[in-house]
Amino acid sequence: MQLTVWTYEGPPHVGAMRIATAMEGVHYVLHAPQGDTYADLLFTMIERRSKRPPVTYTTFQARDLGGDTAELFKKAAQDAFDRFKPDVMLVGASCTAELIQDDPGGLAKTLGLPIPVVALELPSYQRKENWGASETFYQLVRAICTPLAPPPGQKRAARPEGQRPSCNLLGATALGFRHRDDVREIASLMAQLGIDVNVIAPLDATAADIQRLGAADFNVVMYPETAGQTTAWLKRSFGQPATTVTPIGVGATRRFIEEVAALAGIDATATLAKATSRLPWYSRSVDSTYLTGKRVFVFGDATHAVAAARVAAEELGFKVVGLGTYSREFAREVREAAKLYDVEPLISDDYLEVEARIAEAHPELVLGTQMERHIAKRLGLPCAVISAPVHVQDFPARYSPQMGFEGANVIFDTWVHPLMMGLEEHLLQMFREDVEFNDTAPSHLFVAPSDSATRSRPEGAESSFVAPSDSRHGSRPEGAENAEQVTVVEATRPACWSAEAEKELGKIPFFVRGKARRNTERYAEDHRVETITIETLYDAKAHYSR
Amino acid sequence: MNAITPIGAASGVEGCGERVILRQRGQREVFCGLTGIVWLHRKIQDAFFLVVGSRTCAHLIQSAAGVMIFAEPRFATAIIDERDLAGLADCNEELDRVVAQLLARRPEIKLLFLVGSCPSEVIKLDLSRAAQRLSQSHSPRVRVLNYSGSGIETTFTQGEDACLASLVPSLPAKADATPQLLVVGALADVVEDQFQRIFSELGFKDVRFLPPRSASDLPPVGPGTKYLLAQPFLTDTARILEERGGVRLEAPFPLGAEGTTRWLRAAAEAFGIDPVKFQEVTAARHARAVASLDKYKADLAGKRVFFFPDSQLEIPIARFLAREVDCKLIEVGTPYLHRQHLSVELDLLPADVQLSEGQDVDLQLDRCIAARPDITVCGLGLANPLEADGLTTKWSIELLFTPIQGYEQAADLAGLFARPLDRRARLRV
Repeated sequence: MQLTVWTYEGPPHVGAMRIATAMEGVHYVLHAPQGDTYADLLFTMIERRSKRPPVTYTTFQARDLGGDTAELFKKAAQDAFDRFKPDVMLVGASCTAELIQDDPGGLAKTLGLPIPVVALELPSYQRKENWGASETFYQLVRAICTPLAPPPGQKRAARPEGQRPSCNLLGATALGFRHRDDVREIASLMAQLGIDVNVIAPLDATAADIQRLGAADFNVVMYPETAGQTTAWLKRSFGQPATTVTPIGVGATRRFIEEVAALAGIDATATLAKATSRLPWYSRSVDSTYLTGKRVFVFGDATHAVAAARVAAEELGFKVVGLGTYSREFAREVREAAKLYDVEPLISDDYLEVEARIAEAHPELVLGTQMERHIAKRLGLPCAVISAPVHVQDFPARYSPQMGFEGANVIFDTWVHPLMMGLEEHLLQMFREDVEFNDTAPSHLFVAPSDSATRSRPEGAESSFVAPSDSRHGSRPEGAENAEQVTVVEATRPACWSAEAEKELGKIPFFVRGKARRNTERYAEDHRVETITIETLYDAKAHYSR
Repeated sequence: MNAITPIGAASGVEGCGERVILRQRGQREVFCGLTGIVWLHRKIQDAFFLVVGSRTCAHLIQSAAGVMIFAEPRFATAIIDERDLAGLADCNEELDRVVAQLLARRPEIKLLFLVGSCPSEVIKLDLSRAAQRLSQSHSPRVRVLNYSGSGIETTFTQGEDACLASLVPSLPAKADATPQLLVVGALADVVEDQFQRIFSELGFKDVRFLPPRSASDLPPVGPGTKYLLAQPFLTDTARILEERGGVRLEAPFPLGAEGTTRWLRAAAEAFGIDPVKFQEVTAARHARAVASLDKYKADLAGKRVFFFPDSQLEIPIARFLAREVDCKLIEVGTPYLHRQHLSVELDLLPADVQLSEGQDVDLQLDRCIAARPDITVCGLGLANPLEADGLTTKWSIELLFTPIQGYEQAADLAGLFARPLDRRARLRV
């Protein structure tokens, strides 16, 4: 048993749902109790999908357990076939149904449906969402493509002279972090290179598309978490090579183009020469000087975390002070990457441990998931989201890829904007003695200072889709949140500030004062200083300055 | 007011108490009882809810809440893994370890609920014995109770019922048989305070609420306890209260001006409050609530409403919409219909309303789409697909998270239904 407060990944059948929901003409019959239908809202609310996920749940109840849950499953599968007329059906069990061992695959077979039925074995007590997505995609592709594979050992025929090279873009799912836009970006890159996109899957693919996978010259592994297993099988069965570089960041995108060009047997020099992203120049422009060595903590799925760390270090000049992932399946990749930055890799899906490690590393920017965004908020740190698990905000209305050259532009903006702008920071330093740069200065909105101090931010600002205005119990969710924090604060009782030190602290510009206070208190605690004097303040400043 | 007379046999409705209820068996698109933790943990401020279940359970609560503002919320999941199932690890030992770990982290917790789930029920993990054992080992600091929020036994709000039912046996016995009013069912603090004020103005001496805001403030129960249900889904809690000597006061639920007045009156009559006094205390509030509903009447009158089953609040809310803002009801679905607790509500409901209990979601969607209602009340999984189909929806979960009971909230309740219509009318895109 594992004590879990928040989870990064859902159960593996949610991964299967991400594949089924991404595709057209696929229906998933899931042997599961009624509560499991909550998963529909992930797609309809978070991703704002306008259709229900193509999932039928058997919703068996306690009273069915003594009776015939197997019959219930068969009826649900038959009804789903009759109603939705899918081209292919996935069948499986959620965690509870796994325990009653009804064998959905065997039961579905007895129905003799005239379509391929793929039985999914997703061990709920062992595996998680991304694994479930990967396994489902793999089983689906295997079931549909095995009869079409060339005999083992037969060498793949060379592409006929004059025929444009083609590839498949694999791994994009429903509920993926910017998958929708990444697919468009990479497809347009392929068009520039003169490479046809044969099939994009699972996103928007049909069973007929899956049948055509073998026709491509090579596969693009967009997300190893969901496509790695499938592309490895396609390589073995169809002799299709696959890409290894994930095109996130300018450097990786260039390497990706080179890799793709080699696989396609084309010359990419022209594309590379024309390729433009604003990131390199923006990063070199003088305003960005202040980004130098900013301490950044990176956490997410392995692919996005490793890519983000590289972009942070090589393309923005940050210092990576932490790198981790919740995907244990890809721990090796993250460990390797962590060596580059000389940090201890964090392989954990324990939210509280991640929070502790972030607090310990004292970053100036957190690049993480929606979960780390909450951590950063509590720690008063800026944060940008780089990876699933996703939130309604991660499906922006505008085109906003992570991959390719446009993705690099998006990354520059979304990572840099939470930080104080360079020139702005510089000017604030210059004018810090002026009365306007003082937190008690009157607001131009004519809010009296006493009001501004007590004015609360809008309630429910954190709510993604439920009860934005009121919390039913506890009329002050705000206060309750503070109450939860109090225990944390009490645990580390700060040293006492002398009057002079407090006064000196007041001379520090308000926008860095909080940080100065925290650093000084931490320094005092580490050095067992009971009363903070002006000397302590400057000792701490010297200690933490780079 | 008398019960509505049946409109006639032509509609196929046989009259009050003998309504034709549509029962279909198919996929149910509802939350399980674990969802109740989302509001219960906010209500009982020193209680912690530990679900003993799977990753799905943890993911459900996190997703249903849709909010993650607490560093450490007062709920968590002890996720069962394959070692527990394979018998390599003794589940009970593992649970003891997890509870000890939790209590060491959270010393402020006074009451711990072990919450059973589908997997824990199927593997027959005996959480009541575990709760006894853990209560002993952590006594007197923490009391440990258990209930099941599993989806094979409970639907959505039934989780609150199961939770409160588990609390009743540990309520202290009343010292004597003096009359006491107990209001049962979680209400927002603001609503609870409003009712408390009204009850004291009416002259009630001893009014208590279950659940209490603090685990150390458990109301006594026994002979002399008359209880009012504030929520329509408290079947088991009511039964156990009656076993302990409580007597239920027959009333509709305190939704809308009419519902609130009737609910209060049921208590006032049972406690022999002078009707003149009752009038004095409630008339102005009632009138204010009615006046506040007026501005919504124009928006809502004649609007056709369809309820998917979700929270068991459907029938009282439908009654409010029909009688106080003149909506037309097409179908009122409820996951479970407790005829006794809802008898007054059913009498108040127009006779020609199609009631349905349980669900086959696909067939119900067919009916809903064919009926083209003006407002569809449904769960989060269905709302956007129905909106995309041109229907206006109201998420039913908001009816649980928003204070809607009592006079001062009557207009807010109407507003929840008026707002989606207002929005649709504004948009020109």
